[in-house]
Amino acid sequence: MPTMERLALDRRSFLKVTALAGGGMLLALYASPLDEVFAQMGFPQPKLVPGSFVMIHPDNTFTIMAKNPETGNGVRTMLPMIIADELDVDWASVKVEQADVDQAKYGMQIEGGSTAVPLNWMAMRQIGRAGRQMLIAAAAQNWSVPESECTTKSGKVLHESSGKSATYGDLASKAATMPVPDFQTLKFKDPKDYAIIGVSTRDVDDPNIVVGKPIFSIDVKLPGMMGAVFVKCPVFGGKALSANLDEIKKLPGVRYAFIVPGSGNIATLSSGVAIVADQWYQANQARKQLKVEWDEGPAANESSEGYLQQAQALAPQKPQQILRHDGDVDSALGSAAHVVEAFYAYPFMAHATMEPRNTTARYQDGKLEIWTNSQLPGIGVMPLAQILKMSPKDITVHMVRGGGGFGRGLVNDYFTEAAYIAKTVGGGVPVKLLWTREDDMHHDFYRPAGYHSFKAGLDSSGKIIAWKNHFISFGSNGRFASAANMEPDEFPARFIPNYELGTSMMPTGIPTGAMRAPGSNAIAWVMNSFIDELAHAAGKDPMQFNLDLIAGQQLPETHTGGMGMRGAPYIAARMRSCLELARDKSGWGKRTPPANTGMGVGAHFCHMGYFVDVAEVTVTGNQVRVNKVWAVGDIGSQIINPSRAHNIVAGGVIDGMSQLMDYEINIDHGRAMENNFNNYEPVRVAKAPAEIDVEFVDSKYSPTGLGEPPLPPALPAVANAIFAVTGKRVRRLPLKRSGYSWA
Amino acid sequence: MPYKLTINGRHETVDVPGDMPLLWVIRDVLNLHGTKFGCGMGLCGCCTVHLGDKAVRSCLTPVSAAHHQHVTTIEGLSPDGTHPVQQAWVEQDVPQCGYCQAGQMMSASALLKKTPHPTNEEIDAAMGGNLCRCGCYHRIREAIHRAAGMNGGPSTSAGQE
Repeated sequence: MPTMERLALDRRSFLKVTALAGGGMLLALYASPLDEVFAQMGFPQPKLVPGSFVMIHPDNTFTIMAKNPETGNGVRTMLPMIIADELDVDWASVKVEQADVDQAKYGMQIEGGSTAVPLNWMAMRQIGRAGRQMLIAAAAQNWSVPESECTTKSGKVLHESSGKSATYGDLASKAATMPVPDFQTLKFKDPKDYAIIGVSTRDVDDPNIVVGKPIFSIDVKLPGMMGAVFVKCPVFGGKALSANLDEIKKLPGVRYAFIVPGSGNIATLSSGVAIVADQWYQANQARKQLKVEWDEGPAANESSEGYLQQAQALAPQKPQQILRHDGDVDSALGSAAHVVEAFYAYPFMAHATMEPRNTTARYQDGKLEIWTNSQLPGIGVMPLAQILKMSPKDITVHMVRGGGGFGRGLVNDYFTEAAYIAKTVGGGVPVKLLWTREDDMHHDFYRPAGYHSFKAGLDSSGKIIAWKNHFISFGSNGRFASAANMEPDEFPARFIPNYELGTSMMPTGIPTGAMRAPGSNAIAWVMNSFIDELAHAAGKDPMQFNLDLIAGQQLPETHTGGMGMRGAPYIAARMRSCLELARDKSGWGKRTPPANTGMGVGAHFCHMGYFVDVAEVTVTGNQVRVNKVWAVGDIGSQIINPSRAHNIVAGGVIDGMSQLMDYEINIDHGRAMENNFNNYEPVRVAKAPAEIDVEFVDSKYSPTGLGEPPLPPALPAVANAIFAVTGKRVRRLPLKRSGYSWA
Repeated sequence: MPYKLTINGRHETVDVPGDMPLLWVIRDVLNLHGTKFGCGMGLCGCCTVHLGDKAVRSCLTPVSAAHHQHVTTIEGLSPDGTHPVQQAWVEQDVPQCGYCQAGQMMSASALLKKTPHPTNEEIDAAMGGNLCRCGCYHRIREAIHRAAGMNGGPSTSAGQE
């Protein structure tokens, strides 16, 4: 049996375990800032029942509800797979239907934080198994036999000794009258009997995607629908004072043009100008004639260069706060045989989902209906209801497939804009708000930039005895800006006897937020790069240096982490397995690489998953070719859909390469300078490694998520391989700043 | 002025400004939503369609350039998903989010028409204008080889089951 990892169930936890009425346990995610919102929703965690998720049809086919938003991680297929297997039906007899937002019925509906598996692995199996039990109860009653003598197979209940059998379809109406069993008494399938879980299963939307069916949020089309653009101040937080609205209203197709005052909170509703036309193209054409007088506000003085200068000035000073201190760092540094110092910097980044932000909304007779690709639609309704002075009960939200999320859809600004515009237009006219790519890059909630000033000491044997990191980040009043945080226990804390993590925060008007593997997408590069520096300074093999570093005893945790955290729980044995397998698979240290070719390693723990990447790269001049990446992970005992899992891991590596080489949003005069894929360019097909070898280690731990963990170690694996070839350490991202490009 | 185009074999007349991008004519006038908007500058390839036999970025193609021309969109590749590229895309389970895939498939099908058995290098050259933000590039290459195999003749990749 998989062991349920100690999931941080107490104290300042992101996770709370709530007892279900039936006695079962449902893990629910509470990102701490959302606690309040949940409280407002009056959320008693719902008791989930099979009837909400499974419909059994007379012809013995099944409709299973996909409870979560889908933006590309495959949950729309994966969560129903879990139910279907425990229900014991054939996947071919299952049709998947997207649920609307109804958290009283479905529990938490979120796409984020690699939470789909850890939050639903137990619950979806319970749903499937409880449904099966009710069907067995119905059959047993019909046949007057004990339930214990009944078995199931492929959507049928069987009674072996009498030879009786009945399809689920025949039993459905009686089964619906049976009591829902106590979830705690359920006996799950033995993993060796899984027929769907663990079997590569094509995405349920593949057949729709390949014929161009209108399944994405941007494809929503309603009778009489109009198209809208929303023009915001290029400076974050700026306000629209006046605009040439009369002129705009005379342009072809334009029906409405108005100023939106905004909520005062950039994360809900910014100020700006809405233009609504018969067609979106007309609204966007009219935009070219729009003249707005803006109050740019205080952010207009901010710039990336300014932040860097501030950070450099803060670096040698005492940190404003000490997040963790172990031992006596200064004495240890004083006695060290070798001291290494370094300053690392990384930029703001935009999510740049392939599908630009959009939402369709319709307001009529006090009711609002929304179609959106939001990753957190249930929460988005709350501020929206406040702004529009509506009751959440009068707002219906349909979740529509999103063309990428990466965390962008966790902030519901665009969704709120669409609803506000539709309510202003009123009269039941559906309005589709669509951002341009430029809107998308100029009005993101960016992966925050960050700066690390390091000083570390090695003893004469090459062991790290002291480590000091002054992390200069964004925030105010002692609180980090969104996704700009570090935590006391995160690696390599607890493995170094004399350790200090201090922080200083700079206030900022630039909106920041979670982007795929928040924090980790930068921290993994920083930590693994500096550890690689120390390995070289110690004259040690970097792979062995990593293994040695986690071999020692762990110091106690200071507080318990949650699902997105990099601190406790950190189980060194799990990382060791990944390192060893990556070492062995890649032939680390065993092969003589060709000329100008070298290998690098990166290891990272986040979102409850452990990943190690080894990259082999060839560097010619400043041109880098990633020949091959070996990606090894431990995300628990069961890979639910191997086809998607492999695709996601390969994609995570490639996403990491984009971040390493290219992604950077520069802020100047309080606005984002990059605006499209010409100056913010994801890796293209020819630059993708010829091979990405994906391996999952055998694991006894409960299954966890995969959206985030494969990304972070890709950056340092490639960066450290470049160092192995060139001997040059790049300490500022992206690499293109230092003249590098992909070969 | 009215523009006449043949879209997926159907004759259509659209009365729109001549500089209106073909993308928006396809999506909002002709109501074919498979072709996607990604960047508006011909940088991402989400909007790729065929003009004649050639893959073009419809976000940069004015409707006037399609006057009296044949336009094929993803819906016209085959309505029932039987084009080798469509079959291969499903068999290889290529998509993650799926948003760029219509454009990828239109570039791939134009490539295969000209080069029935492309090498990896030919694939990389032909597909370079199509971004996949999810990074499904390995599956895309495999699917193109697989579709090439369905064209008759050898496939250069075993493909993934």
